[in-house]
Amino acid sequence: MKFKNTHKDCDITHEKIYKSRRKIVHAGLIAGAGLLSSTSTWSLTLPKPNKNSDFVIDGMTSEKDATTYNNFYEFGLSKSAPSERSATLITEPWTVEITGLCENQGKYDVEKLIKQFQVEERIYRMRCVEAWSMVIPWMGFKLADLIKFCQPHSSAKYVYFETLYDPKQMPGQHGRSIPWPYKEGLRIDEAMNELTLVAVGMYGKKLPNQNGAPLRLVVPWKYGFKGIKSIVKIKFLDKQPLNSWQAIAPKEYGFYANVNPNVDHPRWSQATERRITGGFSLFNSRIKTQMFNGYSDYVAELYKGMDLTANF
Amino acid sequence: MQKHIKIIKTLLFLIGLTPLGWIVYDGFNNNLTADPIEEILHRTGIWTLRILLITLAMTPLKIITGSVLFIRIRRQLGLFTFFYASLHLTVYVWLDLGLDWEHFFEDVIERPYLTVGMLAWIIMLPMAVTSNKIMIRKLGKKWKRLHQTIYLVIGLGCLHFIWLVKSDITEPLIYTGIGLSLLIFRIAHYYHGKRIPNKG
Repeated sequence: MKFKNTHKDCDITHEKIYKSRRKIVHAGLIAGAGLLSSTSTWSLTLPKPNKNSDFVIDGMTSEKDATTYNNFYEFGLSKSAPSERSATLITEPWTVEITGLCENQGKYDVEKLIKQFQVEERIYRMRCVEAWSMVIPWMGFKLADLIKFCQPHSSAKYVYFETLYDPKQMPGQHGRSIPWPYKEGLRIDEAMNELTLVAVGMYGKKLPNQNGAPLRLVVPWKYGFKGIKSIVKIKFLDKQPLNSWQAIAPKEYGFYANVNPNVDHPRWSQATERRITGGFSLFNSRIKTQMFNGYSDYVAELYKGMDLTANF
Repeated sequence: MQKHIKIIKTLLFLIGLTPLGWIVYDGFNNNLTADPIEEILHRTGIWTLRILLITLAMTPLKIITGSVLFIRIRRQLGLFTFFYASLHLTVYVWLDLGLDWEHFFEDVIERPYLTVGMLAWIIMLPMAVTSNKIMIRKLGKKWKRLHQTIYLVIGLGCLHFIWLVKSDITEPLIYTGIGLSLLIFRIAHYYHGKRIPNKG
């Protein structure tokens, strides 16, 4: 295996990845065999997710709000468009292509792929760059587990994601609000962080189309737009990819997009947010936004010594 | 004519209140999206711009049709513009910021889109105050000049809208286009009028 002689890389690569790479040779073979033989149908509700008690927050957003107030420009620019117009999206079957600098390249059926991983429930804060926020119970597995399964080469420093491009299924793609398909990326240590989730469900149910079915990214310490939806491609790269919002407005949206109350969007403040709770919220004025959306304990380490104003 | 004007003005008053009635109705029916404050802000803002454009269309309509009716209802429309702008501002300061004045002043100074929005409201204030017959008589020629600043208001209002939109600026650009067309019409008419010697 290539990584066995890369001692230097060990300093750069996250220790966890390095260790995991040794295990996955074995796991990969078993999992690979599983992918071929599995014949059962889509049954996401079956593996009962463990509720992860480390991630429980009060004041949950109502399911109705979280599933009818969405930014998913693939279905239109308004917040209500995704829930009204996403019925055209066909998520079964769904194939994810894994490519780039990794061992297990290939096209995988999502249903079979998901079965390889432990799905758990976590309640996360979600902070949109537009200064509103929600608290959502996600069901998903750790992106780290998926990455281990892919067996990235030591040269892989970034993970890149792409949303489906099909204007027939995603009518918003007829418009040119975004250079389609939607693209996102994470540094590999961010991707390996235990918080980073590949969500396949929410509120105890399969992910609705408007929330990014059948699988999406959830990166709770970053602005919501980093949580790319309806993923069809995962690619391991050695260079930092350009994400969609950065491509559209590089002065306003960066690669990192970490929630940071001290670094404002050039046009509006990020110091506060409106929390959408689901109750009667007409008199809920703004609350203070927390550094890394309240997840400093888990992620501050990743950005040690970095100028977060320059790397916004 | 006088009787007709009264009916028209009453009707107009009711029509002018419908956007607000709509918001209240949707509020009671839990129909103001998941983020009602944002929705009310958006709606009151949009209606301010729309009614302002309608107000600005009155003089051109009078010029084209020759009917003074348009001038007679202009003030009412102008006041509705100010009403929705004030509602917009109140919702922002009261519901959104929770009367956090420090935050308010900081925001207005630091955020250009808020600076121009606030400026637009401040410029409208003296117009609203001087919209009665007494002030018209008192101010004479100055009144007209004061009320011509309304073109500055539509400019600032459109800028306010363009600067706050995240990506798709089609809608604010449509309003800007209409506003510009109305301004160009007025300017063209002004110079056209100057070239023709006075009939009297």
